[in-house]
Amino acid sequence: MLNISVNNNALLIEEHSNLQQLISVAGFSEQIIAVAVNGEFVPKTQYSNTILSADDQIDIVKPIGGG
Amino acid sequence: MQDLANNNADLLTLYDETFNSRFLLGTALYRSPSEMCEAIKASESEFITLSLRRQNPQQNKGDSFWQMIKETGCKLLPNTAGCKSAKEAINLAEMSRELFDTPWIKLEVIGDDYNLQPDPFELVIAAKELISRGFKVLPYCTDDLVLCLRLRDVGCQALMPWGAPIGTGQGLLNKYHLQSLRERITDIPLIIDAGLGCPSQAAAALEMGYDAVLLNTAVAKADNPVLMARAFSLAISAGRAGYLAGLMQRRQTAAPSTPILGQPFWHQNSL
Repeated sequence: MLNISVNNNALLIEEHSNLQQLISVAGFSEQIIAVAVNGEFVPKTQYSNTILSADDQIDIVKPIGGG
Repeated sequence: MQDLANNNADLLTLYDETFNSRFLLGTALYRSPSEMCEAIKASESEFITLSLRRQNPQQNKGDSFWQMIKETGCKLLPNTAGCKSAKEAINLAEMSRELFDTPWIKLEVIGDDYNLQPDPFELVIAAKELISRGFKVLPYCTDDLVLCLRLRDVGCQALMPWGAPIGTGQGLLNKYHLQSLRERITDIPLIIDAGLGCPSQAAAALEMGYDAVLLNTAVAKADNPVLMARAFSLAISAGRAGYLAGLMQRRQTAAPSTPILGQPFWHQNSL
């Protein structure tokens, strides 16, 4: 198992998991989101191709009011 | 009022796109989503800011907010609020472009937490990179002339200097700098962003020749945000009309407006 961080919360996932799988495990499937891995934006088209590593830091963001 | 000011010809142009309204409005801090929507409607704004944040997947707040925002029909201006480096801002801008499907970005790179002052060095780096990637960058900046010139040099086609620090409501704190900016930078739009607290301050910005204002807190935190949104809209139109009409020159001494000639009760030897 890999220990990674999703929005600053620890999460265990299967080794060799990709970003698409992580999004599902974390409960964000079918939601309006954008994602970064280790501070770098990852386009939706790359979710399945992005294999996660131990200690990766994932940011998953959603729309909110802003000024 | 809008028609008085421009006869439908005085449009705001940002990156070759035109807007009837000179009022950009934020979508944060309202007491309820419905109040936000009513305020946007009352403001007659066509361009609204919003942001991206980490949220719990069990909350569908982001999705319902997004649905309400889409229903306003306004053009979207995502921000990079809270970013403290060019790298963070560039990545958040890319996330916003994908999620909101827009090249527009209100570029914020904060250099100091105390007054949320923009970091001028990181701001220029981020602006240059984002413009090279095809973004339409509206940088939130200070009123520093040289910073604004550098932002223009790297390709920004509009600038958004602060009136005062975000959320303070203190208005146009440094009118000398703001006036200098307007006099030195005449080829691209300047938008006062942040720090306005009341409609008269927005009118003053437009009278000074600024092209538009962007604000959030002054409306959202008013006792009646919907009425305040309307008040700002009217003030912005009035200020713009005043600017277009040409303000009179200030004088140091009084000058009677009523003719002196024919003054009753006056006698030459009465002095």
